[in-house]
Amino acid sequence: MADDHDRWIHTPPRESATFDRATIAEIHRAAATGIYDIRGFGAKRKLPHFDDLLFLGASISRYPLEGYREKCGTNVVLGTRFAKNPIEIKIPITIAGMSFGSLSAPAKEALGRGASAVGTSTTTGDGGMTAEERAASSLLVYQYLPSRYGMEPDQIRKADAIEIVIGQGAKPGGGGMLLGQKISDRVAKMRTLPAGIDQRSACRHPDWTGPDDLEIKILELREITGWEKPIYVKVGAARPYYDTALAVKSGADVVVLDGMQGGTAATQDVFIEHCGLPTLAAIRPAVKALTELDMHRKVQLVVSGGIRSGADVAKALALGADAVSIGTAALIALGDNHPRWEEDYRKLGTTAGCYDDWHEGRDPAGITTQDPELTKRLDPVAAGKRLANYLSVLTLECQTIARANGKSHVHNLEPEDLVALTVEAAAMAGVPLAGTSWIPGRSLQD
Amino acid sequence: MPSVRMGIKTAFDARNTSLDMASLLLRQVNETLQKAEAGAFVVSNPRGAHALAAGLTGPIDVTIDGHVGYYCGGMNQKASIIVNGNAGTGVAENMMSGRVHVKGDASQSAGATGCGGLLVIDGNASSRLGISLRGLDIVVKGSIGHMAAFMAQAGNIVVLGDAGDALGDSIYEARLFVRGKVKSLGTDCIAKEMREEHRTLLRGLLDAAGIGHEIDVAEFTRYGSARTLYQFHIENLGSY
Repeated sequence: MADDHDRWIHTPPRESATFDRATIAEIHRAAATGIYDIRGFGAKRKLPHFDDLLFLGASISRYPLEGYREKCGTNVVLGTRFAKNPIEIKIPITIAGMSFGSLSAPAKEALGRGASAVGTSTTTGDGGMTAEERAASSLLVYQYLPSRYGMEPDQIRKADAIEIVIGQGAKPGGGGMLLGQKISDRVAKMRTLPAGIDQRSACRHPDWTGPDDLEIKILELREITGWEKPIYVKVGAARPYYDTALAVKSGADVVVLDGMQGGTAATQDVFIEHCGLPTLAAIRPAVKALTELDMHRKVQLVVSGGIRSGADVAKALALGADAVSIGTAALIALGDNHPRWEEDYRKLGTTAGCYDDWHEGRDPAGITTQDPELTKRLDPVAAGKRLANYLSVLTLECQTIARANGKSHVHNLEPEDLVALTVEAAAMAGVPLAGTSWIPGRSLQD
Repeated sequence: MPSVRMGIKTAFDARNTSLDMASLLLRQVNETLQKAEAGAFVVSNPRGAHALAAGLTGPIDVTIDGHVGYYCGGMNQKASIIVNGNAGTGVAENMMSGRVHVKGDASQSAGATGCGGLLVIDGNASSRLGISLRGLDIVVKGSIGHMAAFMAQAGNIVVLGDAGDALGDSIYEARLFVRGKVKSLGTDCIAKEMREEHRTLLRGLLDAAGIGHEIDVAEFTRYGSARTLYQFHIENLGSY
């Protein structure tokens, strides 16, 4: 009787929603070390995202196309505004900029191989262009970054397009730090710094400030390359309406818009989780700016940040993007966080699927490391094949959805094909809440 | 404040190829210069044009009679460029080799991220001279503004006049030689001993700038990195 009474009077343990176990663990860690948590990957918190949208598909009023039979185009031409030589990619998915230094040489080569196999582009990163990635990449975009590590005019001339990086979604307004353990002799030489020291990547460009200067910087790059190459401007999703308009004003051929789910090699966790806009919230303001300037489809919009599936690709395109870019998903396709390395992940105090200490240079998969033994684990040919397979799946999935919505080209997808599952997503994407005609923020007469 | 100023040169050698920007477009001028593998060229009426003589790759001589805008001589390789006037932001930015000589003053970020060659500025230079320098040598006969050599990685900067605030902030391995006063040093930048190797280096730089015979290297102080912030340590947070 007494035991039964105890069962009724004891309150079971209850976890605080505010101070949950992860929060408590972080407070303990901060108290023990006195320094913020630094990690790679992108935002891990749950955010309004493409999962909160659905395609309607065909109906009596919308005619579908036959899967596997009727053509659904996927090609994208980038740089049609000013460049003499725009580039054409066969699928609407590109590989985002990631540096040799943060990634191993085999990883960079694998990205080039995978992208080239399906006719799309890959992108350099901080530290300049390696011979391996140029040789492996049929279309290579050269990032022009604030640090200018490894930046050389001959490399710019070898590239197929130039991407001026203003910021990235994981840390809009932040620079970077490549820790000394990843600075091999080769990385150090490319960056003109001693081996083994921590290398700070600047957050601002050294020789221009603001959109008027950017216009002149773009002019210089065009003059140096004979006005041949498309010039992209990449921004983190912060003020997408204004940033897009200013990029257009400055003379960009392409705007790359990176939402806060976009990955990074390393930055503060607090930066990743608390700065910037979710990708879903950034696309429509950017498209609005382009439309108002009569530049939609004339200045191409590439969206990145949390793209995982062909459905995500299709949804980004339906909201007005011309193409998407993937980084984290590409690394996963190469083999990042694969369970085959579980024993090694455990030794690092993590588990497959959660590993994000990309800055420490101890990646068991041989991707985010310069350790000679670990890099041997990644076969660039096999990893490149996996990436090519993954890109093909994304494209097929996107086409499947496009055909079901009656589109003969993925660019014909439109906001009217979408509904939202949540009020937040409806407001951000500017599409109706499912089952209603209500778009939050707009009157029914709009 | 020592400053050597030259008058704007208007006459040019008849052997030179003349490019008059009163009638030629920037693209036409740059294309001509970029395709040239030898020879001497005089550009007249630049009227503050931006990106003039940017991206040159041949060992040619270019004289620009007048003031230029941003990024004159940007990313230069092998060419020798003289500006008979003042230069806007980022003159000789990311220069790889060759020589750029500004006879007047230079605006901010002169020689930014430069990798090689020599930049000579007869007048003064504004802020952020030699920012993120990567191997270029810079000689300024006048004074320089604030934040010069910020995060400068390699190369040498010689200043005959004074330096503004925060000289050499977060500097890596670049070497700075200042003859005049330094208003303040940036984080992790310190005065260093001038050993014979540094005096020899400085003489060579002054000779290259054509003023070795008139300047005493003993009047300079060398500045460089204390190398205390090369690794990120929590104890150093107060320095950032």
